[in-house]
Amino acid sequence: MIALLVAAPLLGAAVLLCGGRRLDRVGHWLGTALAAVSFVIGLVLFTDMLGKGAEDRTLNQHLFSWIPVEGFQADVAFQLDQLSVTFVLLISGVGTLIHLYSIGYMEHDERRRRFFGYLNLFLAAMLLLVLADNYLLLYVGWEGVGLASYLLIGFWQHKPSAATAAKKAFLVNRVGDMGLSIAIMLMFTTFGTFAFGDVLEATGETGEGKLTAIGLMLLLAACGKSAQVPLQSWLGDAMEGPTPVSALIHAATMVTAGVYLIVRSGEIFNAAPDAQLAVTVVGAVTLLFGAIVGCAKDDIKKALAGSTMSQIGYMILAAGLGPIGYVFAIMHLVTHGFFKAGLFLGAGSVMHGMNDEVDMRKYGGLRKYMPVTFVTFGLGYLAIIGFPGLSGFFSKDKIIEAAFAKGGTEGWILGSVALLGAAITAYYMTRVMIMTFFGEKRWEPDAEGKQPHPHESPKSMTIPMILLAVGSVCAGGFFSIGDRFMHWLEPVTHHDHGDSPLSAATVTGATMVVLVIGVTLAWLQYGRRPVPSVAPRGSLLTRAARRDLLQDDFNHVVLVRGGEHLTRSLVYVDHTLVDGVVNGTAASVGGLSGRLRKLQNGFARSYAVSMFGGVAVLIAATLLMRAV
Amino acid sequence: MSATAVHSLWTTAADPIDKIDAPNIEYGQLAPTLIVIGAAVIGVLIEAFVPRKSRYYAQLFVSVVALAAAFAAVVALAAGGYGTTKARIAAMGAIAVDGPALFLQGTILLAGLVAIFTFAERKLDPVAHGNRVDSFVAQAGAVPGSEGEQAATKAGFATTEVFPLALFAIGGMLVFPSANDLLTFFIALEVFSLPLYLLCALARRKRLMSQEAAVKYFLLGAFASAFTLFGIALIYGYAGSVSYGTVAKVVDGTITTVDPALAGTMGNDALLLIGSAMIVMGLLFKVGAVPFHMWTPDVYQGAPTPVTGFMAAATKVAAFGALLRLLYVVLPGLRWDWRPVMYGVAVITMLGGAIVAITQTDIKRLLAYSSIAHAGFILAGVIATTKDGVSSVLFYLGAYSFVTIGAFAVVTLVRDAGGEATHLSKWAGLGRRSPLVAAVFAVFLLAFAGIPLTSGFSGKFAVFKAAAEGGAGALVVVGVISSAIAAFFYIRVIVLMFFSEPKADGPTVAVPSPLTMTAIGLGVAVTLVLGVAPQYFLDLASQSGVFVR
Repeated sequence: MIALLVAAPLLGAAVLLCGGRRLDRVGHWLGTALAAVSFVIGLVLFTDMLGKGAEDRTLNQHLFSWIPVEGFQADVAFQLDQLSVTFVLLISGVGTLIHLYSIGYMEHDERRRRFFGYLNLFLAAMLLLVLADNYLLLYVGWEGVGLASYLLIGFWQHKPSAATAAKKAFLVNRVGDMGLSIAIMLMFTTFGTFAFGDVLEATGETGEGKLTAIGLMLLLAACGKSAQVPLQSWLGDAMEGPTPVSALIHAATMVTAGVYLIVRSGEIFNAAPDAQLAVTVVGAVTLLFGAIVGCAKDDIKKALAGSTMSQIGYMILAAGLGPIGYVFAIMHLVTHGFFKAGLFLGAGSVMHGMNDEVDMRKYGGLRKYMPVTFVTFGLGYLAIIGFPGLSGFFSKDKIIEAAFAKGGTEGWILGSVALLGAAITAYYMTRVMIMTFFGEKRWEPDAEGKQPHPHESPKSMTIPMILLAVGSVCAGGFFSIGDRFMHWLEPVTHHDHGDSPLSAATVTGATMVVLVIGVTLAWLQYGRRPVPSVAPRGSLLTRAARRDLLQDDFNHVVLVRGGEHLTRSLVYVDHTLVDGVVNGTAASVGGLSGRLRKLQNGFARSYAVSMFGGVAVLIAATLLMRAV
Repeated sequence: MSATAVHSLWTTAADPIDKIDAPNIEYGQLAPTLIVIGAAVIGVLIEAFVPRKSRYYAQLFVSVVALAAAFAAVVALAAGGYGTTKARIAAMGAIAVDGPALFLQGTILLAGLVAIFTFAERKLDPVAHGNRVDSFVAQAGAVPGSEGEQAATKAGFATTEVFPLALFAIGGMLVFPSANDLLTFFIALEVFSLPLYLLCALARRKRLMSQEAAVKYFLLGAFASAFTLFGIALIYGYAGSVSYGTVAKVVDGTITTVDPALAGTMGNDALLLIGSAMIVMGLLFKVGAVPFHMWTPDVYQGAPTPVTGFMAAATKVAAFGALLRLLYVVLPGLRWDWRPVMYGVAVITMLGGAIVAITQTDIKRLLAYSSIAHAGFILAGVIATTKDGVSSVLFYLGAYSFVTIGAFAVVTLVRDAGGEATHLSKWAGLGRRSPLVAAVFAVFLLAFAGIPLTSGFSGKFAVFKAAAEGGAGALVVVGVISSAIAAFFYIRVIVLMFFSEPKADGPTVAVPSPLTMTAIGLGVAVTLVLGVAPQYFLDLASQSGVFVR
């Protein structure tokens, strides 16, 4: 049953990618249907799980022995517990909606069948990632989603920018993947096994040094996949992919794999406080980093990408808090999955109506032309800024509370950063909202001179947006009232209330205050005054933020230049020293050969002399050996 | 002279003389040798009495049957436990019947059988005056290029004596590694050497070169034999016996009685050391170890190619067998004296063979230097001085002999107007023109180079492992370096065959008769089987690794 979850989309990918043109007409429906099959199976498993007691809800399925070597056992086995079923529902649910959306969005694309094949491949890999019961199989899924992400970012490969962005994402992810593979190797040498159960059980008897090393490597992996500082640079460029891809992979699911990895490896981090501290630092830095970048971008998708980075920063921060935060990390992950996917789909809908224009300075006043998009996007907006009663309010508030509950100076710093992040979030999201839907029309004809005629998108696109908007509104309250979600996940992640220096009400009040400040600032800047069509030069910080806070410049100067110098000097050493030694040896052996060859002069008499000399040496040597 | 003295003389003379006991010969245990030598004698009779036209077929039949029967006898003896539990010394202490002896005899007989197939090949040379001809001259006595030679060719003469000569050589080789006293050892050496000298001189094409090779081989062989014989004399002077067992006991001090006639020399270690060095030198000459190798390239190049293949394979097997027995049975007490010396010989043989081979331009000389390098590798196994060393050498010899005969058989196929086209430049692009022949040759070259999945790798691995475990790690390092150097020229030939443009006036590849095809096919089969699934044969060699003392 669990295997079917993975098998259905995998089958879809195989059929769609190998099936050829015959499937062009039904391919998208087949892909969507198989995604829905996974979702239905997920629901069945979920209801089945609800029927059991909290302690025996974990379900294991051993499929086959993958690498059965003495001392190295790797199985293809699945583990379905509360944590993974949460992911399964999110992935297959949002996945199915986005498949449905793509039918409309990709209607005019000749390679739509292939697109659905890749989407199905992504679903299969992502489900494998969250269902694996050991790190090695998780790694397979991890690489699988990386591949699917690469293929989908570069789906419009005829655009050089898309091809470059795909390559960039792939390369940056390799750095993180290397961390995961090293972590797995360290686990094997330390524990002799990869299975979650065995590894996490054995952490108690292992030295902190080793656990810290494993934890830092896992964090590196999470940074790559979840676009956290310092491996964040690929996410902005990844927006070159079709918008459904940005919604599904680069907002709702794949980029949260790092959070899953850290929460799943909770026991390791709990026993390695240094690694845990590193996790919170990465989360805090990224949450500010992404938010600042989000403020400066005029490209609607890139602004949302900055926001994604920042929101995942919240999750990573929460995951780094240990048992105080795990539940809230996952809760924010799920609510974020709803509202961010909804926001992206809304952005896609806007672009669909505006001749694929992405510059928000050329939008404006769209609320009348695209009412459904406006309402769903608006609900997503309210959710993400944490408007009371909506999803984001519950999940983000809890994370801020938990950050303060960490205690000590750390708690104060992390809590303040999280609060500051909330203010910036309110600012940049309000900016997006105002620039897109309010104000005057700043529409401009596109490159071909076509004047945009904004219109509402077809049903296949609006229905998913509406459903996601419902999730954005209700999910948070549903989870939080009576701590439902906490009790649900507690058997897997455990929970600890910590003790906060501030009361819950104080934190909520502070959040509300910063929310109002952020919205007001944005309104003062963009609502009251007309938005210029050409971006003003802006302050130093703005200019840096437009360039993604100089991340690419940093990478270029430090890594690319440095790497080039390193390779150049290595090539030099290779050419002069290594080749010199090799060629020199070859030449000298050849020369020796030519010289020795002359000894072979063809005269029997010189051969006899050589034999005589040889036997003399032989005898002398034998006698000498005795004398010694 | 007094009466009593006369009387006593008389009475002494009148005493019955001690009866000389008839020697006790275990014919059954010596059957392999006896069958081969007997067949050789029958071959001589065939030359005398069978009409010229039928001789070829009669000789071929007798040789093949004899070799097959002798091999069957070896198998029967081995199955009867003579290689392990019932190993013993037969023929009044002259011949050992034990594991190494039987293993090597089996190898020599199989190699000999395959070689006889290549001797009998009559489809490669163009038909001369209506007669199919083989690689051997029509009449050995005719002056090269003379009218007499042409007349003999026209008359359809053939030197079918090569079959009994080869059988005599094989008979000698069978005795050589099983000889258990120094005189038998020496006689076997001569019995197999003399026919080889003759065979070398019998090439149909390039006769002058062939005769020059034979003379060189003979002169240098005689020179080496003289040393060997002198060494035997010195050992007798030291031990008072030529029996391996007795000499060994004197060496390790178990026997201390002194023969009064040899009171001046017995127990003099200088005699022992000089004598054993001289005998070892004779063997190193036969295996082609540096610095006693110089005959090898000249003789390998000049001799008829089937003979070269036979020599390169069988002689090496026999000589290494004898060397093993000498060092392990007679001189184990001198281990600390001979090991460092052999160590040095192995190093310069491996390096020398591999290095000089790089600049060779003739395929037969190239293979000759390759065989020198291989002699060095085998010496590394000999130096191990363990049971594993013995069995690794046995395995290597078996593997190597089939690769060698096969490789030389392929050389006979590539021909131009002057006979075999042995210059390497002629082999350029062979892979384009005759992919199968080139591929087969490539397999043999890869085996020589010791690439995995060929017998060369299994063999090299076995000897190097034995050498390393026997405490000769540095030697293994040198061996691996030499292998790397050697790989260069083997691969170079492959590159030449497959990645060079064929020349316009390139050689043709003759289609051989089933005889040569069998030889090459067996070579490839053994090479691959011993490379892919060597375990059974490694076990066999391992069971055969104990000498009877």
